[in-house]
Amino acid sequence: MTKPTARISLTVNGREVSAEVEPRTHLADFLREHELLTGTNLGCEHGVCGACTLEIDGVPSRSCITYAAACDGAKVRSIEGFESDEVMEALRAAFTAEHALQCGYCTPGMLMTARDIVLRLPDADEARIRKELSGNLCRCTGYMGIVAAIRRVLADRRKAR
Amino acid sequence: MKAVQFEYARPKDVAEAVKLLAEGGDGAKCAAGTQSLGPMLNLRVVQPTMLVDLRHIEELKAVTDAPDAVTYGACTTHAAVEDGRVPDPTGGFLREIASNIAYRPIRNRGTMGGSLVHADPAADWPSTMLLLGATMIAAGPAGRREIPVESFFSSIFETALKPGELLVGIRVPKRGAKARRAYWKFCRKTGEFPQAIGAALLDPDKGESRAVIGATLSTPILLSNAKALLAKPTDEALGAAADEAGFADDPYNRRLHAVALRRAIERLSA
Repeated sequence: MTKPTARISLTVNGREVSAEVEPRTHLADFLREHELLTGTNLGCEHGVCGACTLEIDGVPSRSCITYAAACDGAKVRSIEGFESDEVMEALRAAFTAEHALQCGYCTPGMLMTARDIVLRLPDADEARIRKELSGNLCRCTGYMGIVAAIRRVLADRRKAR
Repeated sequence: MKAVQFEYARPKDVAEAVKLLAEGGDGAKCAAGTQSLGPMLNLRVVQPTMLVDLRHIEELKAVTDAPDAVTYGACTTHAAVEDGRVPDPTGGFLREIASNIAYRPIRNRGTMGGSLVHADPAADWPSTMLLLGATMIAAGPAGRREIPVESFFSSIFETALKPGELLVGIRVPKRGAKARRAYWKFCRKTGEFPQAIGAALLDPDKGESRAVIGATLSTPILLSNAKALLAKPTDEALGAAADEAGFADDPYNRRLHAVALRRAIERLSA
């Protein structure tokens, strides 16, 4: 059997990308191995741990159970694409201040979910933050610092509005 | 943790999808959000030769609001329901269900139709649609047909869809303003698949009582003693319901499902 392939064109962090991929290649592998964007981490590879969470067409998505072929025509934004994002800047500073990471493996996914919470749920309290964060697993720092960092950014933004 | 090799096809409409499924035979598999299929592919639990990606078919994304029912295209995402971007004929019940499915990134891509055809008895849409008395609309080589939800789930991970058929829509009937619906699930961790589901519906205008136990080892079960249960959820009636759902020989699950159902029934009048 000849190896099945698919021709895809998509936007990755604002850049037009075209490639020939095996349809079985999931988006995270495509970004890491074809585009050498290794900021997206893979944990469980079946949608549970949240480490690979990134943005597809403006919303957080799991890149391990979304296939690159299915992203033909899509706009993908991985952690590398948020360098100058205002909310992500605030979150990075808050993660540092609150000791919200230790090994850092879950952090790219945590930041994606944190940014979604900040933008989608500006009035989220701690219970809501924890519910929304339940799809991202951290196995070393724990969640105290991460929740505190998100609360800090939410509080700062509430003050500013 | 990598899927087997498969071809990828992206049909523009339902007719083309049906054609691709016919050509692909047993190896062809419909895909939408791949939030259930993706894990199964990566774990090689499923090994298709072709994925037919339904996400770009406009008809499957459309939602129509008629006087007697709302019909959801099969590719309506959980997040669209959660955010109220589509009509909800149940006064917020569907929104509540959607907002508690897995996690937001899953809800952004996962679809109502995908969850229903996957037919995991512990998923939320199967029990919900069984409770609401929805109608499944399928398309296949022989045209379209409607399948009442009561006969849609045939076994664990099995539906009444025939080879070559796909689910195009889900029609949820409207009920009077007095109708009430409630749902309860036990999850060991927020967002995880529930260990037990109980759901109840009371429609005084139609004199209809419905009750469902989900997260079974077969299909969600529409209980035969719903009227008595909703009138008075005694331990005996709840136990009989759990027995009917297949837990007669499993004291832990019998209790867990009975309590989930009791809490759903209690929420009806809360």
